[in-house]
Amino acid sequence: MGNIKLMQGNEACAEGALAAGVRFFGGYPITPSTEIAESMAVMLPKVGGTFIQMEDEIAGIAVVLGASLAGKKVLTATSGPGFSLKQELIGYAAIAEIPLVIANVQRLGPSTGQPTSPAQGDVMQARWGTHGDHPMIALSPWTVKESFEVAVKAVNYAERFRTPVIILLDEIVGHLREKVELPDAKDIEIYPRRRPDCSREQGYEPYRPAADLVPNVADFGTGNRIHVTGLVHDETGFPSGSPKVTEESIRRLHQKIEIVQDEITHYDEFFMEDAEYAVVSYGGTARTAYAAVLEARNKGIKVGMVRLMTIWPFADKIVKKVANQVKAILVPELNYGQLVNEVERAAGGKAKVKLLAKYNTEIFTPNEICTAIEDLTAEVAD
Amino acid sequence: MRSYDKYFRENRLPHMWCPGCGNGIVMKAIVQAIEAKNLDQDKTVIVSGIGCSSRASGYMNFDTLHTAHGRAIPFATGIKLANPELNVIVITGDGDCTAIGGNHFIHGARRNVDLTVILFNNNIYGMTGGQASPLTPLGKKATTAPYGSVDRPFDPCHLAEAAGATYVARSTAYHVKHLSDMIFQGMGNKGFSFIEAITQCPIAYGRKNKLGDAPEMLKWMSETAVMKAAYDKLPEEKREGKFPIGVFYNSEFTEYTTAYQKVIDLAGGAR
Ligand SMILES: Cc1ncc(C[n+]2csc(CCOP(=O)(O)OP(=O)(O)O)c2C)c(N)n1
Repeated sequence: MGNIKLMQGNEACAEGALAAGVRFFGGYPITPSTEIAESMAVMLPKVGGTFIQMEDEIAGIAVVLGASLAGKKVLTATSGPGFSLKQELIGYAAIAEIPLVIANVQRLGPSTGQPTSPAQGDVMQARWGTHGDHPMIALSPWTVKESFEVAVKAVNYAERFRTPVIILLDEIVGHLREKVELPDAKDIEIYPRRRPDCSREQGYEPYRPAADLVPNVADFGTGNRIHVTGLVHDETGFPSGSPKVTEESIRRLHQKIEIVQDEITHYDEFFMEDAEYAVVSYGGTARTAYAAVLEARNKGIKVGMVRLMTIWPFADKIVKKVANQVKAILVPELNYGQLVNEVERAAGGKAKVKLLAKYNTEIFTPNEICTAIEDLTAEVAD
Repeated sequence: MRSYDKYFRENRLPHMWCPGCGNGIVMKAIVQAIEAKNLDQDKTVIVSGIGCSSRASGYMNFDTLHTAHGRAIPFATGIKLANPELNVIVITGDGDCTAIGGNHFIHGARRNVDLTVILFNNNIYGMTGGQASPLTPLGKKATTAPYGSVDRPFDPCHLAEAAGATYVARSTAYHVKHLSDMIFQGMGNKGFSFIEAITQCPIAYGRKNKLGDAPEMLKWMSETAVMKAAYDKLPEEKREGKFPIGVFYNSEFTEYTTAYQKVIDLAGGAR
């Protein structure tokens, strides 16, 4: 039996990161993410770790990238405006292959927007916010307990794939308090920092990919004298202007994630066995969607639900399967329509895909989503 | 073979700098300070930003990190805090350090993290072809100041001192031995050490401002730089057109990782 606590999604995120081995946090305060930083400020020194409040979000991500290269597992956390500032170095982490976890507790934008109001408007920024081609892993929890679990997964994925991983929280889950039973430390699987497989004398090259396409980049201070750069580089880590090297390295960055896509695609299915309609939902909104689906079932509508934890890479296969089964899919989102376009792409015309958008600071009510389900059944019947 | 050759990655040379560029001189002054200080080559990390000067990290035989434009100091801060036993040296340009990285620079100094920051001041954005920087002197020309700069420049040494750096010094590419000594002393300071190294960019700055070729620019340094002690004694009118070099400031203040270790002790954690 683990230990039972009443806690907030943001606190659970911090606890999860700590349990997964994070020993360094750098960041800049911003609502509704600040509790993550505040929790880390209290907890990290207790385990010999380091917390530092930086001068801005760019410095917040830079400082954790430095710490990651020096051997620590790291986390930074932010919200909308700060997430925009972090984009520059998310790309750096992607190309230099530095393990990094960024928690982004979404709030309503653009810009300062509605500072403490819930929204899910950073779905596309999470995928494409930094410039250039890069893979992305983003995970979105829908309960406080899962906020802990997602943090553990995010840290493990960042370490295993040496890539930035985004925890895409929203204000709903971030500020929600629930009873959670935290697992015992011994029951938490931890992916250790990757280590070089041979010595400098044996011809170690820091960016030579291992069998899983991920390089075993040495930590600084371990006698390997490596070079790390944001320039395109070859397996030695030094810059290369070669078109061939450029193409191969950009391709490998993508492929190291593509080959594990099924394994890292996490989702739940509810009432899908006999479903003729489906709701595809994620994050805090999925909680309301679940209640709405129950309500619609009570009214005799054969509706099921797919709840996505893995937002990026997008769950193409799952959505395709659903589209082949149902007549129509409803996508409720607290934005003007973002993930719905991915659902539509993956559905490939096999099912009607409909957006239910909300962007007025309020969360959905179960009734709203249930009515949208009913309307959808009527539309399809027409 | 010279005693400091081991500090260079010979297979990465020759460097990419233009003929006459002073960056190589400053880079050599750094490794000579490292040699004199006898820093453990496997426990020393060189961190740089983006610019011509920041390419130096790639030529130096240590763990080296070529970061993003302006961000070297916060990356270096993370390395030092994560592993305080490492010696962390930052190489940055005038634009890198005082424009895009200006905020990081003053906050690094404020925290007094144990870093040795060497600013290669060529008064211009070299890498991008000669645009004005916050250290381009008034009236001097740049591609983005074709009629002469009207933007008042910083004195980065004053800035570092005011922001809390505990060691501040300046030298030039002409005064190689002195420069290396300034860096050496900075490495001995436990805290944020800042060394401004004036260096020549004959191609993107000198040519535009009719300052002559590299030897002439170096000659200008030898004629206008005055040792601080002598400069301080000069009457105001004699200071015109001159600038001081030497150690400007050196003080004691708790270094950041030491201060944070106290936080860890208070919280009951063990490093
Ligand atoms: C975010 C960002 N903005 C602009 C640039 C383009 N850029 C590269 S180097 C540089 C200026 C370099 O000047 P300085 O720091 O003085 O170094 P130098 O090349 O003179 O050594 C600029 C503007 C960049 N790489 N990144």
